[in-house]
Amino acid sequence: MSAIGQASVGRATESKAAAAIDRAKAEGRAALVGYLPAGYPSVPESIEAAIQLARNGADIIEIGIPYSDPVMDGSVIQAATTEALANGFRVASVFEVVKAVTEATDAAVLVMTYWNPVMRMGVDDFARRLAEAGGAGLITPDLIPDEASEWFEASEKYGLDRVFLVAPSTTPERMSMTVGATRGFTYAVSLMGVTGARAAVDESAQRVVAEARAAGAERVCVGLGVSNAEHVREIAAYADGVIVGTAIVGALRDGGPDAVGQLAAELSRGLPRAAAAS
Amino acid sequence: MSENVPEAAVTGAKAPSTETNEANGQPADAFLAGSLRHAAGPYFGSYGGRWMPESLIAALDELEETFEKAKQDPDFLAEIAELNRNYSGRPSLLTEAKRFSQHAGGVRVFLKREDLNHTGSHKINNVLGQALLAKRMGKTRIIAETGAGQHGVASATAAAFLGLECVVYMGAEDCRRQALNVARMQLLGATVVPVTNGSQTLKDAINDALRDWVANVDTTHYLLGTAAGAHPFPALVRFFHEVIGEEAREQVLAQTGRLPDAVCACIGGGSNAIGIFHGFLDDASVRLYGFEAGGEGVETGKHAATITLGRPGVLHGARSYLMQDDDGQTIESHSISAGLDYPGVGPEHSYLHDIGRVTYEPITDTEAMDAFSVLCRTEGIIPAIESSHALAGAIKVGQRLAAEGGDPAERVIIVNLSGRGDKDVQTAAEWFGMLDENGQVKGTTLSTRRPKGFVQEHGGTEEQA
Repeated sequence: MSAIGQASVGRATESKAAAAIDRAKAEGRAALVGYLPAGYPSVPESIEAAIQLARNGADIIEIGIPYSDPVMDGSVIQAATTEALANGFRVASVFEVVKAVTEATDAAVLVMTYWNPVMRMGVDDFARRLAEAGGAGLITPDLIPDEASEWFEASEKYGLDRVFLVAPSTTPERMSMTVGATRGFTYAVSLMGVTGARAAVDESAQRVVAEARAAGAERVCVGLGVSNAEHVREIAAYADGVIVGTAIVGALRDGGPDAVGQLAAELSRGLPRAAAAS
Repeated sequence: MSENVPEAAVTGAKAPSTETNEANGQPADAFLAGSLRHAAGPYFGSYGGRWMPESLIAALDELEETFEKAKQDPDFLAEIAELNRNYSGRPSLLTEAKRFSQHAGGVRVFLKREDLNHTGSHKINNVLGQALLAKRMGKTRIIAETGAGQHGVASATAAAFLGLECVVYMGAEDCRRQALNVARMQLLGATVVPVTNGSQTLKDAINDALRDWVANVDTTHYLLGTAAGAHPFPALVRFFHEVIGEEAREQVLAQTGRLPDAVCACIGGGSNAIGIFHGFLDDASVRLYGFEAGGEGVETGKHAATITLGRPGVLHGARSYLMQDDDGQTIESHSISAGLDYPGVGPEHSYLHDIGRVTYEPITDTEAMDAFSVLCRTEGIIPAIESSHALAGAIKVGQRLAAEGGDPAERVIIVNLSGRGDKDVQTAAEWFGMLDENGQVKGTTLSTRRPKGFVQEHGGTEEQA
């Protein structure tokens, strides 16, 4: 990975996402990572919901960019992002959301996006504007390190986190390559599938975390299918962070920003390691 | 045209320089060796690659490995050849369209008769190949997307023939436009899942197929229907369609003693086109034309002319030309032809466009339907509406060739007649005003006899409903 080699020459800024996880760790707990799409149901309401999320226990906020072809998303998030687009969401509004949430809370704010909107704006432009807004970096569900040379360059230039995904199907070679390419934390996909609530956390999640650690990952967070405090408690026992998406989007849909705050408070009760061990 | 080709080497060298791109040198190397054929991917110039979730990379690797081994395996190649001959009915004919030629400036027009293949289109070439690969990988289930329904029917056919479970994702709008093909798939034992997301057409069917694949990848092969998507699909799908161009080249040489002046094909994702073009890519004297769906006209915004008006982007796993807005959101495409109604295009076509080897032009719905009608009435062949775009293009190309001077009868065009039009009869009848206010073909509902099995006038029994 010559691109990664080059990338490491860049500016050495502290990773905001890693710092957020380390703060949680110092408190003896896993970090809570919560997802919300920008512009759903409107830009101001998505900002309000994300602030509620952070004030009620989320250490890291993932702001999703609504996209026309979200192949990694299940029906709840698809419906939300489709509505945001129908309401006229524009990609540049994501920076407004990031800035507002960063200024109002202590949370690290990552943007989760399919790659084409970034490519369309220009990877360097996008990265610069994200950094200016105070964003921590990007989570890229359909960008693998193999195709990410432009992103390595831009993320180093602007000191942004690169959160790549690893999955139960990831081979040891790819695990090592992907962990090496990552900055911030490694996103362990708990199961083979798309986003959406599941009755139970897939047993493969723990294996993926162990494999990522074996490949050298310092911080690993688990996402997909995590929807309640019980799931959070289970994952917090072995991972550095727990990522919740669909359940939060569902709460926003059904009860607005206040419901998001309530859910975050409830989820965060599952975070302490002691509770997990008892 | 050929003087532009040296840019190929430059474009190839500009591709991203990460580790997995080492095969990247291959298209450029192939070009430097004087050939554009057999480009192996993952990159075609700066197009192609794997813009896919990590969850699917292992499956793509497995497919690539299986395919690379199969290509070298004489038993596999013999099996494909045998199925092509004794199941699909290959080689397909090359038919001279003498009366149609009069509409194309008087140049000689030959039709590559993929419409005569089993299941009625070129799609069977690819599905048999991929279904055999699926079996080699130990997969028991195939999933497919379909637009016009031709690929879905072909997939259902291959699944029935080889004993695989088959699920086909089809946009709900396409189900409506192609109801006959929905019934065909069901008769063949496949499950058809109507997709109601987004524009309810081909791109949304692909999204749902990908979601299924990521959840079921252990047992399931995604039998992608066009030469697009993540590596190895573009090179793999082309491989199984190369037979079209190989046959056509031999046949035209046998029938006319010379190479054609031009080869015309329609482009949605571009599988039939890349299949026939491949046979002629290295014949510099042969002009290659890809005809995209111009819909209601490219100036109206209601079209699927991806290369003509799109910009490079990533969709469904590959970097290629793409119909997208300023935010990178995919724009809904429009075409009377369900099979061309796709806002993307295979990456090799983007490359062939950029280096100037293939000329891509839009054909409107009206031009395509006019050509559809001309072929019906001059040759006794009902073409697929997709293929009618190639026919309309051939009319233009023929007239241009004739205008260049000399005896037009000395000029030769091959049109890839990629499918037959049985599935399009309803759409055509509507287009040509053949239906009454109840949607029935005019004059077909005058009988005063009671239909067999008819019980009572307004019984409303469940049997009748």
